[in-house]
Amino acid sequence: MLMFVEDNDPGERPMTDVMKDVDTWWGKYSQSGAIVGGERLQPAAHATTVRLGGSTPTVVDGPFAETKESIGGFAIVQVPDLDAALAMAKSWPASSSVEIRPIWED
Amino acid sequence: MSTAVEPGLGEIFREEAGRVTASLTRRFGNFELAEDCTQEAFVEALRSWPLQGIPIRPGAWLQRVAERRALDRLRRDQRFAAKVGGLPFPSPGGGDDRLQLMFTCCHPALSREAQVALTLRVVAGLTTAQIASAFLVPEATVAQRITRAKRKIVSAGIPFRMPAPADLEARLAEVLAVLYLMFNEGYLASRWEISQDRSLAEDATWLVGLTAQVLPSQAEVLGLLALFKFQLARVEARFSSAGSLVLLADQDRSRWDQAAIREATELLDRAAALERPGPYQLQAAIASCHALAASWATTDWPILVRLYDRLQAMQPSPVIRLNRAVALWHVAGAEVALHEADALVPELERYHLLHSTRAELLQELGRDDDARSAWEKALTLTLNPAERQHIRLRGGLSGH
Repeated sequence: MLMFVEDNDPGERPMTDVMKDVDTWWGKYSQSGAIVGGERLQPAAHATTVRLGGSTPTVVDGPFAETKESIGGFAIVQVPDLDAALAMAKSWPASSSVEIRPIWED
Repeated sequence: MSTAVEPGLGEIFREEAGRVTASLTRRFGNFELAEDCTQEAFVEALRSWPLQGIPIRPGAWLQRVAERRALDRLRRDQRFAAKVGGLPFPSPGGGDDRLQLMFTCCHPALSREAQVALTLRVVAGLTTAQIASAFLVPEATVAQRITRAKRKIVSAGIPFRMPAPADLEARLAEVLAVLYLMFNEGYLASRWEISQDRSLAEDATWLVGLTAQVLPSQAEVLGLLALFKFQLARVEARFSSAGSLVLLADQDRSRWDQAAIREATELLDRAAALERPGPYQLQAAIASCHALAASWATTDWPILVRLYDRLQAMQPSPVIRLNRAVALWHVAGAEVALHEADALVPELERYHLLHSTRAELLQELGRDDDARSAWEKALTLTLNPAERQHIRLRGGLSGH
């Protein structure tokens, strides 16, 4: 899975340009069969978190961690190895970082 | 673990470790299994060879034992076998098997510590105990580092093959950085050998030699190999019989290995002919300047200052500026050099060589009290016994 980490401050480039690049990127890797699923998420300001572990679950406004960055979307990919995933992540046109994590397979 | 066995075992392990691991990785498609079983075969060899003698074909022996272990394990764990049947490793793309393994072990997705430990164990055939003793860390720490790294290689899908051509230079730089660190760790250690017949610096040199065989037109690989050979040529003269460090200035140059210096010079020439300069070639050029000088006094200091300038431009670092200051001392005098060294104090506060360099300069300028406190400062910053001994002697500090 590729997790797209976004800076919560909007960047320099106009959002419409960035989205166009994202569409091109997504199209390219969907066509090649690398992307098997994924979504773009609404901003972290719209998040609600349920905290478990206390005596009762508590519901709080906001993301699970208050940081400068948050997950802005994700893609489930099917690639032969980490290098292929790295090549995809390096060419991702938006956001500040991409985290790559293998999915648990049993 | 005691490793009192016949000499040559280290060479055999080094020669065979990568081969056996690579062949098992291919056969069973699982790096973790391959590595575990190769290591088990080595442990068995360490146990039985000293008693029964080294087999005529040690590589085949190790291969057979490792394969048997792997098959046993697969039989025991059918579920694991089904998983391994998936062959997660893509087919190889040329080059020596062992170099491909090195690219796997030095993948940028692994931490530097893990890269170093894994390369030593998997490609150079060191045991976990030997790696632990080389880096002065507990054996359990090394074992855990290796286990974690192997898990990650399998679960994250770090491939076992040559990198794509577009990635080759960046990935090669990663491998060379690991080998450079390995060499320095071995070269600077007061104990040259980690066991009877292994030295980290020699293992690193062997690994970079292997890399140069597969990639003969990579200038930085040749540069690094030349650098290591220049350093190894001087190794005999680096310690006194009492085990204290002998500085370059005071070394008996007749003990330098002239054949090794010639070999290193040829390598550096070959690298230069490729016209792709880089930091390792520059460091080798600096080492060659010292290796070819008849004495400390007749060293070509102005050229050294220029080489350090180029190195600094390519790879800015306060340590390089400190070395440049030492060269500058011989070109422009202690006053100028001290001025440079003082400017580095904020950045290199915790680096003992900054303080010992300042101490030498202050001593020459007759500022004895300042020199003494600089020596004392240097002494608090290193644990290496040979270096501590040297600082005490030079600074006239009492030994305790």
